[in-house]
Amino acid sequence: MNFKHDIVIIGAGLAGLRAAVECVEEADVAIVTKVLPTRSHSGAAQGGITASIGNEEEDHWEWHMFDTVKGSDYLSDQDAVEIMVKDAPRVIYELEHMGVPFSRNPEGKIAQRNFGGHTSEYGKKPVKRACYASDRTGRVVLDTLYDQCLRHQVKFYQEHYVLSLVFEEGKCSGLVTYDLSSGELNLIEAKAVLLATGGCGKIFKTTSNGFASTGDGLNLAHRAGIPLMDMEFVQFHPTGLYPLGILVSEAARGEGGILRNNKGERFMERYAPTVKDLAARDVVSRSILTEVREGRGFEGGYVHLDLTHLGEEKILERLWEITSFVRIYLGIDPVHEPIPVYPTCHYLMGGIPTDTDGRVLQDESGAIAKGLYAAGECACVSVHGANRLGCNSLLDTLVFGRRCAKAMKTDVLKIGHHPVSLEPLEKAKEMITSLLDRKGSEKIDGVRRNMQSLMMDYCSVFRDEKGLEKGLEGIRSLKTRFSDVEIVDKGRIFNYELMEAVELGHQLDLAEVILLSALYRKESRGAHFREDFPARDDKNYLKHTLMFREAPEVRYKPVAITRFQPEARVY
Amino acid sequence: MIMKFRIFRYDPDKDNEPYYQSYEVEASPKDRILDCLNRIRAEKDSTLSFRMSCGHGVCGSDGMRINGTSSLACQKLVKDFDENEVILIEPLEVFRVIKDLVVDMDPFFERYYSIKPYLITNTQPPEEERFQSVEEHRLFKDAIRCILCACCTASCPVNQDKSTQAYIGPAALVRSFRYLFDSRDEGSQVRIALLDNKDGAWGCQTKWMCTKVCPKEIPVTKEIFEIKKRILDSKKDKK
Repeated sequence: MNFKHDIVIIGAGLAGLRAAVECVEEADVAIVTKVLPTRSHSGAAQGGITASIGNEEEDHWEWHMFDTVKGSDYLSDQDAVEIMVKDAPRVIYELEHMGVPFSRNPEGKIAQRNFGGHTSEYGKKPVKRACYASDRTGRVVLDTLYDQCLRHQVKFYQEHYVLSLVFEEGKCSGLVTYDLSSGELNLIEAKAVLLATGGCGKIFKTTSNGFASTGDGLNLAHRAGIPLMDMEFVQFHPTGLYPLGILVSEAARGEGGILRNNKGERFMERYAPTVKDLAARDVVSRSILTEVREGRGFEGGYVHLDLTHLGEEKILERLWEITSFVRIYLGIDPVHEPIPVYPTCHYLMGGIPTDTDGRVLQDESGAIAKGLYAAGECACVSVHGANRLGCNSLLDTLVFGRRCAKAMKTDVLKIGHHPVSLEPLEKAKEMITSLLDRKGSEKIDGVRRNMQSLMMDYCSVFRDEKGLEKGLEGIRSLKTRFSDVEIVDKGRIFNYELMEAVELGHQLDLAEVILLSALYRKESRGAHFREDFPARDDKNYLKHTLMFREAPEVRYKPVAITRFQPEARVY
Repeated sequence: MIMKFRIFRYDPDKDNEPYYQSYEVEASPKDRILDCLNRIRAEKDSTLSFRMSCGHGVCGSDGMRINGTSSLACQKLVKDFDENEVILIEPLEVFRVIKDLVVDMDPFFERYYSIKPYLITNTQPPEEERFQSVEEHRLFKDAIRCILCACCTASCPVNQDKSTQAYIGPAALVRSFRYLFDSRDEGSQVRIALLDNKDGAWGCQTKWMCTKVCPKEIPVTKEIFEIKKRILDSKKDKK
């Protein structure tokens, strides 16, 4: 089937939905999502959204900006950060007006709480900046935005999996989708295509990410010749529930939770004397693993997150979801017992390079890839640099999802549909047929599990050249094995094995890009820690990595530094 | 340990009738039933279809009947079952089966949409946030836990009964409650008009199944009762 829309958004998470709401009245917009609406992983965000609205104590956007830049280990582009933090209060009020059920403080205003790396007076002490709805903030914002999409009758192609982006004469002019419910292929023409497909945490063995976080959008862009920026920066959230990796929100520490080692010591006092448990995530993750390495963790490699002093009432009111996870999955009651936690792959700071209006950049000079836009976790504006602060991701999706939509609205008014040939559809058909016809001795699950272990072993919190090279070698040999994967399910309806095969192809490509980016960056910055180069090296590496599919594979782009010059990063 | 499963299978392209297939997989006590299903797909039979996304009870994708009770496969653990029993896995009731455990959710979301699941306001909002007291927020704090997994609607005897299947169902009513009791909402009249009929709030026969199965522990039946009370109160006000 052929369809045509002005704007097609891929992904129904927060960035995609926010963009759709922004342009639905003025343009014909459709959302393509491989899951049902409200199942996107934005819904798993727990802790909150940051904005310097100062409902609890004095706050300023300049402080928010400083914290974000410092959190990013000075790799974020400060012009983009400034746009984001200045827009944050408007975002919060807009969500509230749409109906988001924010928790309230005794004055009836939106309640705010502490979060890692967010401080007052440029690092002096923690500040309450995160606006929240208990510990289900992402889910209620996702629900509210979905409801707005329904209200404005946004067209959804749900359970449609995108197989390729269509380019005609260098302009992105549509996409080919595979309808999971029928096995049919569709060609959807568009004047503008927005990639809002989220992250790729499922490349790693231990992750807070859902099954759908396979990075399809990132690699669709990369295959189309778009570079990927700063892919070495993968965030490991310090408190994944041991051993599942499920997120235990930083809100737990924001509300007063304390990390303790096997001696009962509050070990963060040693690593971050000023803000302690509320240091940035990369710092806390390294601290936890250092405790474990030095024999002060618990058997299996975890530490304790202690909430027992907070009291049942506060825990149930503000941390209901995580309490429920701990009770269900571990049979432990966090009201009375500490929670076992360890770092879990959580967020990709890198991604598809864009300008501050979400237009995709195709090289280091900043040339625009026509018709293609990106927002949210799959994009790299870059506001998070080498390490993202908690609660800045929801803000990112909402600020840049909206800006992207505004840019698309303006851009599509000026142009008509580019004539699209049927060739991409034929190509996709051939790809599906050849995948289904292939005989081989490998299975998806085996290759995928190997990839996840390799990435965990060699490319997680601590890295070095030897390990990264081993990882790269391993991923390359997995790519060979992947070409020998046989798909047993030949069915037409909800053939998840077929979709997972395509996803795995993307994951292996991205794993390689992440390893290569990590090898090229011979310094330690934010979430990228090289044990063989443990110091930050501003002289040589205060720049963005761009990885291309064509030689030269690595190129660099300068960092935009406006207000805050790089300085030593101490918490 | 080895766990035994009996799973509902149906592929409209191949099967005239649904049937049940048995599988055995290695499992440990803390595994989720979802882990077992994925192991079945990886090791025994990759043609088995079911939805999943977050894997920890937030997205609402993997609602299915486990030993007859609507549940999330990611929230039930192997240790909740006896090693010797055969765990029966079937699709949610009420909804049409598309393939295996995948059901047609369109009617569910259509009913959800019919209750106007958004804040209705007539007055211009202030520049900053609207005020809402902690007590006002508390009135609907349980309802915002709803993840639209449809376990409640699928378990409701009223929705299951062909003669009363037009009942809007508990999930849509929970969302109605969430807006009806939100102090910021100004759409009470519209909402009450939508709910005050035999397939609306009055369709509820207080069978409590929704409350029993809700994976997010929402007091669903009680909230539906509160809606009914609100409808009656609005009529008293008119007199």
